[in-house]
Amino acid sequence: MAWYPLQGYRVVDFGSAWAGPQMAHIVADMGAEVIKVESRNRIDYGRLGGAASAKDLLTKTPEAIAATAPDRLELNPVFHLLNRGKKGITVDFTKPKGADLIRELIKRSDVVADNFTPGVLDKHGLGYESLAAIKPDIIVVSLCFAGHTGLLKGTRGYAPIITALGGLDSVVGYPDESIPCGPRFAYGDHVAATHGALAILIALIHRNRTGEGQYIDISEWEATTSLLGEPLMEYIMNGRIQKPRGNRDPIMAPHGYYPCRGEGQWVSIAVKTEEEWQNFCQAIGNPTLAGDERFADRYSRLLNQDALDKLVGQWTASYTPYEVTEILQKSGVAAAPFMISKEQYHDPHFRERGIFVEVNHPKSGHEVFYGIPWKLSDTPGEVRSSGPLLGQDNEYVFKELLGLSQEDFEHLVEEKVIF
Amino acid sequence: MAKQALSGLKVVEYGSFVSAPYCTKLMADLGAEVVKVEEPGKGDEARDYGPFPDDVPHHERSGLFLYLNTNKLGITLNVRTATGKAILEELLKRADVFVENNPPKLMDEVGLDYVKLKELNPRLIVTSLTPFGQTGPYRDYKAYPINCCAVGGVSQSIGHYWREPLTMPLSHGHYQAGVTGALATMVALLARDVTGRGQHVDISETDVWATYHVGFGITIYAFGVKDNLRKGYIGGGWTYPARRVIPCRDGYMALCAPQLKQWVKFVELMGNPEWTKNPRYRDRHAMEDDYPEEVDALLTPWFLERTKKELFELFEKNAVPFAPLYNMADEVSDQHLSERKFFATLDRAEAGVLKYPGAPYKFSKTPWSLERPAPLLGEHNEAIYCGRLGYLKEDLVALRRAGVI
Repeated sequence: MAWYPLQGYRVVDFGSAWAGPQMAHIVADMGAEVIKVESRNRIDYGRLGGAASAKDLLTKTPEAIAATAPDRLELNPVFHLLNRGKKGITVDFTKPKGADLIRELIKRSDVVADNFTPGVLDKHGLGYESLAAIKPDIIVVSLCFAGHTGLLKGTRGYAPIITALGGLDSVVGYPDESIPCGPRFAYGDHVAATHGALAILIALIHRNRTGEGQYIDISEWEATTSLLGEPLMEYIMNGRIQKPRGNRDPIMAPHGYYPCRGEGQWVSIAVKTEEEWQNFCQAIGNPTLAGDERFADRYSRLLNQDALDKLVGQWTASYTPYEVTEILQKSGVAAAPFMISKEQYHDPHFRERGIFVEVNHPKSGHEVFYGIPWKLSDTPGEVRSSGPLLGQDNEYVFKELLGLSQEDFEHLVEEKVIF
Repeated sequence: MAKQALSGLKVVEYGSFVSAPYCTKLMADLGAEVVKVEEPGKGDEARDYGPFPDDVPHHERSGLFLYLNTNKLGITLNVRTATGKAILEELLKRADVFVENNPPKLMDEVGLDYVKLKELNPRLIVTSLTPFGQTGPYRDYKAYPINCCAVGGVSQSIGHYWREPLTMPLSHGHYQAGVTGALATMVALLARDVTGRGQHVDISETDVWATYHVGFGITIYAFGVKDNLRKGYIGGGWTYPARRVIPCRDGYMALCAPQLKQWVKFVELMGNPEWTKNPRYRDRHAMEDDYPEEVDALLTPWFLERTKKELFELFEKNAVPFAPLYNMADEVSDQHLSERKFFATLDRAEAGVLKYPGAPYKFSKTPWSLERPAPLLGEHNEAIYCGRLGYLKEDLVALRRAGVI
């Protein structure tokens, strides 16, 4: 059997929606035992998210759906993706007996991860101080929109709000349009998830060495803003506010997406050095371009980008993105095809590196997930399973781990504590 | 100095610009000792990138470099000379982690590929950050961040579907490779505690984009849903406003209201205008998928009468999750961030006293801190070469003359 680098670590995962679940699946991929906590009174919204079932949110709560059409909660492949490799339990910690069970579980765990609005766990006696009293070396990593202190600590925000307030949206857009468009994917959530997972691992390293646990407060907003080193320093140094540059680069030209043969086909090209420029002109079979005074050096090329982009676009338009890539890469010029998910799925790079993996889910069947983005040569980790069914590991966790008798277990189910 | 989570961890960085420097900054800011190896005379590319105070380019005043290299020690070393390489090997024998972002071919050429490094120090963790990784058909392709955005699939999700796609600007792919590299390196360190062995950590910036960021698009594609991510959050089926940006009096507001009660509250705050009673503007799926710009136009006049501050306060008070698009000035002057002490201040030779963006997380027992500013080029040559490796001061003169340091 494979040995995983985080084998033997146990994580209690209260995450819901995106950032929390993604943070915990990263450590699950590396072999940690991640136990996802839900309850039929508090279902991860993500079970319903996505294209397949969003309509129900207008009229029904997830809890109502759990009661009337429980299978609907087991069909969202994106939920399975974000909760892959985890175990799933259902316990209502708003009931004192439920909170007791959680405490017993945490006594046997290394890490607690959540992305609640500040205060939810404290309200039920599950805040860091209470947990440290029963498990002194516990590590608690808590993600929320604006952090757990300060003026806006209670503010809630979805991913688009994170990148808006985090400053990123204001620099993503077309320079010829007045409204910045920002990225459409949930960048703020992903940034929080990766930095959160990093914090978990660093806290584990510290705990293993010193025996000391701790609490880690993560603001999704701050994590995002910390990635804006260049424009923030520009403002701090010169008082200048960065605006969207589109595909323009401060030092490279040509630099952008150029149209290719076929609908929706684009290629990215970036030319930085003088040598690359000379190679580019040779590669496209237009050596006279190299002598054109409008493009004589890096500075002139930046100044005359509109004209340059037009010429480059005229050349690319008769090739496919892969053809342009091959022609230019052969000459040492940076170029690569623009891809949508479908194209990525079939691309030889991702195939050879095994970036997409296939899993099977008992209810929704065959699913394709992104795999582990890194390659560890000695202890690679693995996507071990799809996401958990609601409460699928109740027996294992409550009976095997916590040692409840069959009778006590059934009793707690009847009382809707295990629910 | 307060004890820190990674105190005692020895890291050597042989990298440049953003990805490797951000990766090791994450470690240095939590206490690791990072020795940054730069080329003599030239140094890290970010030193010449800027921004510069008063727009005067200066090797020691680049804002990007200053930000990405806090808490590190800096030495100069020409790894392409035999002596330089031998010195680097001495450092790597004593190190836990080696982080680099050079083309795989170059590392092979200078004899610093993983096979050789493993022989040198089997406990060493070697973290390589490259555009396409150490394997695969594109391994040796030249690429800048836009090319990784292209293959990585993020550009399918930025910009309008009727126009050219957009890149993630400002080297964000490099930052993502950096944080993912730090993450995988920590996994390798925890594994080493058990196995006693180091390993090679292969990070592809393209793969990072294709997985954590837009990899869910593959799942949806395989599930048979629309695949044009540029049209909407995940290709339709969402409710207006899934993600809209609306201009207001002094800026822009971001709107996102997946829950019905949030939308209802917002309509109420606008004073239940007549148009909201029209059935065309009650089907939030159609509004999002088929005519979002039309709805944007109906909302806009109400927004244009109000400032972002006024709107944010109103929405905040009423639990409507809409917020302003902050620009860099807003970030630096924000009261919440200042209460949380997000920005830190450092004094640095040549650059003076400056504010710096702070930590992505707050550790309660082992706090993030800026103990020292980014190194001047070769600032710690004497400390490392004489203090650690036993060279005499006169040796340094000879090494300098020979172009090694």
